[in-house]
Amino acid sequence: MSRLLIEASTPLCLLQDTGRFGVRHLGVTQGGAADWLSMAWANWMLGNAPDAAVVEITLGGFTVVAEEDCVLALTGADLGARVDGQPVASWRFFSLRKGQTLALTQPVLGARAYLAAPGGFNAPAVLGSRSTVVREELGGLDGRGRALSRGAHLSYSGLATPRPIPRALIPDFQQDSSLDLILGAQNGAFSGQSLYDAFNIAWTLDSRADRMGIRLLGTALEYQGPSMISEGIPLGAVQVPPDGQPIVLLNDRQTIGGYPRLGALTPLALARLAQCLPGAQVRLRPVVQEVAHRQQVECLRSFLDR
Amino acid sequence: MTPRLEVVAVDCLMVRLFDEIAESNMPWMLAASARLKAVFAEHLIDLVPSYTTLMVHYDMLALTPAQARDLIGEALRNLSPDARSVGQCHVLPVWYDPSVGPELDLLASRGGLTVEQVIRCHSEREYQVFALGFAPGFAFMGLVDEVLAAPRLDTPRKRVAAGSVGIAERQTAAYPVVSPGGWNLIGRTPAKLFDRERDGYSLMQPGDTVRFAAVDHAEFIALGGDDTPLEAQA
Repeated sequence: MSRLLIEASTPLCLLQDTGRFGVRHLGVTQGGAADWLSMAWANWMLGNAPDAAVVEITLGGFTVVAEEDCVLALTGADLGARVDGQPVASWRFFSLRKGQTLALTQPVLGARAYLAAPGGFNAPAVLGSRSTVVREELGGLDGRGRALSRGAHLSYSGLATPRPIPRALIPDFQQDSSLDLILGAQNGAFSGQSLYDAFNIAWTLDSRADRMGIRLLGTALEYQGPSMISEGIPLGAVQVPPDGQPIVLLNDRQTIGGYPRLGALTPLALARLAQCLPGAQVRLRPVVQEVAHRQQVECLRSFLDR
Repeated sequence: MTPRLEVVAVDCLMVRLFDEIAESNMPWMLAASARLKAVFAEHLIDLVPSYTTLMVHYDMLALTPAQARDLIGEALRNLSPDARSVGQCHVLPVWYDPSVGPELDLLASRGGLTVEQVIRCHSEREYQVFALGFAPGFAFMGLVDEVLAAPRLDTPRKRVAAGSVGIAERQTAAYPVVSPGGWNLIGRTPAKLFDRERDGYSLMQPGDTVRFAAVDHAEFIALGGDDTPLEAQA
């Protein structure tokens, strides 16, 4: 077993995996990496199972020291990562020698970085997952839903069989962010003008953003349907509360809710959104479920077949 | 009952069975849940019931949206309510007291009742669990007598103690863990509502029925209750 000592952390540095399933009917949220695609690549580089636990580092402030020589993989945002002061590029695997320090400081490009270790970081599975949900006191290193903290140890037991990511497959966070939204739910009950506005104006990410949801600021959207009875909310649902400003619901969302929805973002759009910082502008692009399904299956097969 | 199907996400479909909240929905909801579980089998990732809907989250690597629609159609064909498929019946002990239920007096004055009448009215009915949500093990139950119905607080509390029993409109619930909350609090239960060591985790499941039983302070403590007043925990 190899260990990393955490020298610095924040409440936004969390152990995550693909999330908690089969328990939504009990009111238990999904959890899991907000940018599932970056997490999947980090695990792929080390030959890990897709559901191996990684560290999600949002905005930086995370430092570890290696207690043995190790090979780690880093994907997602460029958070200015350095090993003993020397820059290390993201979307690579790299060695960390015993005593060396890996530090992620602040966002250079994107919002969330993913750090993977061979075999995944060790933690107890709680309700089938290691994902940390602070609000529900589930998952994480001790199973009680705590964020990673200074002084704690990250350990892993696997052997590295590293392989590089084909360059062409690395997501480009500089590219414009058009987010595909699968039309559905109550979208027919919004005014015609609002449906036009939803897909034709630029939306600005509000600072009120966390792992439960991200609020989008722009023209107020008008729902004309009757008041709703609470119902299940899927990942990526775009709900519109009475103030007309949409909220994209993410991994730690509540399981049921009663605000009308335009539909839901695609998984690829969610991965992209998870890398946007407050103030960023995004556009929404309508897509039908069948097309989104084909895109997603193609994307997932690119991992499975590689 | 004519179920409607709506697209809600890349791998989720909403089955809308009813338009209104009613206790008579439940035998249908339970029958539909059982059929959906059987038909989707290992391709079902999650089935999220709420008052009038069932959200089906399926494995999109195994099923196309069209195949999932067909399976739902198959599951709901010739559906009939199963009166026997009612869930478990629970009795939740509650210490009704203003120190842990600060809205007891408010509900009494709204309904023109004494506090004793509020307690009797809340505890003499059998409630159905319509849905779980808001937090793990948080069960939305109903319907409470109209005389007790009251809107949520204008300003939700930042901290509601675990076990707090409350009323919002014609629903009642108990908070499994400390959380923010806007329901009118009338008492506290010592029952452990969500336990990761328990089989099934949550004490209550959708379709179960619940009765509240008034206990005095001594019993509440004997059952493991925490009587720290709400204000002291704030």
